[in-house]
Amino acid sequence: MTATLRLFLAAAMARTYPRVAWLFRSNSWMIQETVLPVLAVAAFAYAYRAMNAPPAYTGFLVLGAAMTTFWLNVLWGMGAQLYWERDNGNLELYVMSPAPLMAILTGMALGGMTTTLVRATAITLAGVWLFEVPIQPSSWGLLGLGFVLTLAALYGLGMLLASLFLMWGRGAWHWVSLLQEPVYLLSGTNFPITVFPRLLALVASVIPLTLGMDAMRQVLFRTPGVLAVGIELSVLALLAVVFFVVARWALRYLERRAREEGRLSVRWQ
Amino acid sequence: MHPPAIRTHRLTRTYRQPRSRRWPWSPPAPPGGAADREFVALNDVSLEVQPGELFGLLGPNGAGKTTLIKILTTLLAPTSGTAEVDGLDVVQHAAAIRPRINMVSGGESSGYGILNVRENLWLFARIYGVPTPVAYERMERMLAVVGLTDQATSRISYLSTGQRQKMNFCRGFITDPKILFLDEPTLGLDVTSARAIRAFLRQWMKEKPERTLLLTTHYMAEAEELCDRVAIIDHGRVLACDTPANLKRQVQKYPLYELQLAPGTNGWQSLSQLPGVHQTAATTTPTTVELKVALTQESVIAAVVQALVATGCHILTLKKVEPTLEDVFIELVGHSLQDDASANTPARPALGEQ
Repeated sequence: MTATLRLFLAAAMARTYPRVAWLFRSNSWMIQETVLPVLAVAAFAYAYRAMNAPPAYTGFLVLGAAMTTFWLNVLWGMGAQLYWERDNGNLELYVMSPAPLMAILTGMALGGMTTTLVRATAITLAGVWLFEVPIQPSSWGLLGLGFVLTLAALYGLGMLLASLFLMWGRGAWHWVSLLQEPVYLLSGTNFPITVFPRLLALVASVIPLTLGMDAMRQVLFRTPGVLAVGIELSVLALLAVVFFVVARWALRYLERRAREEGRLSVRWQ
Repeated sequence: MHPPAIRTHRLTRTYRQPRSRRWPWSPPAPPGGAADREFVALNDVSLEVQPGELFGLLGPNGAGKTTLIKILTTLLAPTSGTAEVDGLDVVQHAAAIRPRINMVSGGESSGYGILNVRENLWLFARIYGVPTPVAYERMERMLAVVGLTDQATSRISYLSTGQRQKMNFCRGFITDPKILFLDEPTLGLDVTSARAIRAFLRQWMKEKPERTLLLTTHYMAEAEELCDRVAIIDHGRVLACDTPANLKRQVQKYPLYELQLAPGTNGWQSLSQLPGVHQTAATTTPTTVELKVALTQESVIAAVVQALVATGCHILTLKKVEPTLEDVFIELVGHSLQDDASANTPARPALGEQ
């Protein structure tokens, strides 16, 4: 048991390393990954100002921009990553090794969270400073818990998507592309989800990003949300567990099927 | 009693390419119509490799070598038959097999370009649970073997194809596998590096006698030099499996000698009448007569020499022609590895076929 856990951690840390190394070695990323999202926020922020919207709305925008970076990382840095790993020949080395694929995915998630956290922090600081966002959290603890649970649920979903990519390759690519824009809308990246009809808001709450942002906005700006913060955090915790368990099962099942169908080492498909 | 390092029994692998349906509601293919296409990559392959053996797998492109390796490394499931590695079934006990094996494929592009050589090797050692100090110790040895120590801190995105191949070669050994699969390990390497790698392989096998190595290669000389036994595989079937010496013996039915004679005499023409001479063939050049003589038994060569001298022939050189593994391959497959894309390669001249 100890040896298994040690191997899991060693493999996860090893897979985290390339992403963290990228953070320090890729020089242009900070400009590309922070300035451009802040410009997108600026467009909406000035529109809200022109409409005399409450200042909290600008805060929604900044938080939305920061959290969206995690969603993009989950889609392309987690979901599609096994597809890339297969294409460059790393996947077969991972599958052939004694390390479980879940450890590799955990490493990708930890690495992705680290790099995206830096990016999200930069966006938040720039946004708060430029647009004078009024931050008055009701509880820093709840805010932190909401953030951690949102990331856990998001990256659990990412692991699930990764297992689908393992099986469907390019096919899954199209599905994930299709997910990207509707999720921007349904998660309320640029506006409070409460503007939706109640039923639509509840349906949209299945997306961890929606619930997480709604909970954090309630705590940060003391605005009303779709559900009470406690309920939203509980659902997020449940989603995290469900996604993780389903991802683990799906990964095993789809790895077995991929072995049977010869898809683990077939590239460019 | 140790189980065989590798054992396959009637192993078959079929790839099925489904007929694509344009829409989910498109009708399926009619029975006997344009149905799923099937390709048999391995057909009823039974092999046994003992612990400590350096076993070679030779075959043209598409023969099934890589498919066999992928099954043995738990990356691919067999369609039927069984495969065992270190006594464990590749389907039932894949997790137990994985810590014992590793694989290096020629021309693979694995690794992360943002990391340097050492960091990449460290990463792939850690997923096997190799402690960092041990990984670094093995790494330094392997980098020295392949002559990559100077590039150890270079990002792999800056390496040449050959240097990346060397790094991948190192990766296979850093986990100290009990059974190692090398799929064209010297592909694209310069002569000096390939020689250093072959020398290292022999040394590596000597260090721990229980280690087993399965090698596929396009270089016949490499297989001949390294392998204890060789299997020749084509169209998914094993055509022959034995030691290189036995395989060559099978293919050479008659001892063959090659003589160079000074020009000007024709005494060699009556040689085919001599008892014990199976066949002769000669090529005349302005400076020599190249004569090939196939004998029914070795001892007849003395009589051949005497007969040539008696008829006034001046023998410049005399050598026994040993068949190569290439000859065995051509005999079994019908063409050489170099021109395996050409299915209609003509057979060799009569004497060469021995």
